[in-house]
Amino acid sequence: MSLFEVRGLVKHFGGLAAVSNVSFKVHQGEILGLIGPNGSGKTTIFNLISNYHRPTRGTIHFKGRNITGLKTHRISRLGIGRTFQIVRPLGRMTVLDNVIAAAFAKVATKAEARDLALETLAFCSFEHRKEVLAKTLSIGERKRLEIARVMATQPELLLLDETAAGLNPLELEGAIELIKKIRDKGVSIIIVEHIMKVMMTISDRIHAISFGETIAEGTPHEVANNPAVIEAYLGKEYAEGS
Amino acid sequence: MTVKRILPLVLLFVLILFPLMVKDDYQQHLMILVLMWVVIGSGWNVIAGYTGQVSFGDAAFFGTGAYTAGLFAHKLGISAWWAMAFGGVMAMAVALPFGWICFRLRGAYFALATLALNEVMRHVATLWESLTDGMVGILIMQTFVSKVPYYYIALGLAAVSVLSIQMIMGSKWGYYFVSIREDQDAAESLGIDTHFYKMVSLNIAAFLTGMAGSLYMNYMGFIDPEVVFSLHDISIMAILVGIVGGVGTLYGPVVGAFVMVAVHEFFRTGFFGFFNTLAVLTGSDVVHVVAGYVMQAHVLGFGILVVVVILLLPNGIVGDWDKMMGTVSSVRKKGMAG
Repeated sequence: MSLFEVRGLVKHFGGLAAVSNVSFKVHQGEILGLIGPNGSGKTTIFNLISNYHRPTRGTIHFKGRNITGLKTHRISRLGIGRTFQIVRPLGRMTVLDNVIAAAFAKVATKAEARDLALETLAFCSFEHRKEVLAKTLSIGERKRLEIARVMATQPELLLLDETAAGLNPLELEGAIELIKKIRDKGVSIIIVEHIMKVMMTISDRIHAISFGETIAEGTPHEVANNPAVIEAYLGKEYAEGS
Repeated sequence: MTVKRILPLVLLFVLILFPLMVKDDYQQHLMILVLMWVVIGSGWNVIAGYTGQVSFGDAAFFGTGAYTAGLFAHKLGISAWWAMAFGGVMAMAVALPFGWICFRLRGAYFALATLALNEVMRHVATLWESLTDGMVGILIMQTFVSKVPYYYIALGLAAVSVLSIQMIMGSKWGYYFVSIREDQDAAESLGIDTHFYKMVSLNIAAFLTGMAGSLYMNYMGFIDPEVVFSLHDISIMAILVGIVGGVGTLYGPVVGAFVMVAVHEFFRTGFFGFFNTLAVLTGSDVVHVVAGYVMQAHVLGFGILVVVVILLLPNGIVGDWDKMMGTVSSVRKKGMAG
């Protein structure tokens, strides 16, 4: 049985079908890459999973349980964590306090939360910035804070929304390293990313969508050579010509 | 760091000794008001300062607390003191359904809803004459002739408020409140039930404000809807205490209460009698008329004060203390250099 599954997910915003009939599974311990051109509905799928938007149709299942329509915080408590494409640091709190606030999802007292937060920051190699106010962090550091914070909630499934976008090459290496480390911990991951190098190297499987519809699924190699995917990214003429 | 730790204890000590040193009724009266505003300001600070849900309707809770105490004494003949805690509980009874419905609103829309709550409660107290005697108000016998017992009760309430808020803010609740203020969606994604914790925060504020209302009833002996459900004298004043002192700081409301009661009194007495003296000295009718206007213009004065504070000290006196001291010392240095 798969850890996580979406079945026939549909989302209409007024007359616009942002997502139309997307289904996929995530197995225990794997990294599923979600790719697609801009506006193809990747972030919308994340927002449907964590119920910032309610699906028009379709269901979401986690550990054999239908979690469609559960409140956002309940979904987080069940073990599905997420980061935001447009980072959302708790600005006027220190890095440590950001992570402590998240750690309270797992422990009750301040001392335990602090320990868990420090442990998580160490895991994410971010301990050296713990006393800094979150609003003063650089974009790369903010992306790392997003990951550290969600890791403190100890998710079983992690949704990473463009955590590598806007990073310099050095930070990018660090981010890939960290994502692998999280996977090795046994956390399953769905990752959205535009940097193909990242997607191809770390994904176990890739699910490609375009205009809200599934166009391909398979290993990175299969998907990269799929005509429908090439067409979606580079246009019909290029796909036919190659 | 140590100074910051000791300062509150020193302040508490001075406040305990105050009635022994200052026997003047008027000054004791002002200090009781200051302490009452510490409680209300601290309550407002929990929901607006720490949790970021700005309330324009604190008078709804204050008035509920006051009327609870008043009606206990007036209708049931039970001492209004017994109603102190119950006043807080009744204020929570108002806050619960209000929060449950209105916390679906965010930002300015929630603030508008609190404004509406204020007005609704004032009208209920005015129109429900069979219960509240409407505009006639409620008059009860004061328990003590001396102001000293009231002073110590107010001091106890203020100290307990500040202390309990300090404890709450160091706990899970405190972290959750501030997370909600900083980014509600991010907080929700971290497993925080934002609706529930906004309710918790509002109810803490309501409880404290309701207790302050009960204290006011006991102390003043008379209330009517215009006084205890007043938008500008209670709700706006609570906001001013919070903003002037420092939004989201533990001791901000303490400092704010001192400053705002002083400013309020400053205007009410016509700059501590300055204008009246001037009118008598000059014998001029014009000065006399101007003095009258100035004394009535305290709300206008509040407005100017808020503009000045927001422009110069956006984080309030406590929040911008270091910045303020920096300016003072740099001015001093300049003076010495010149």
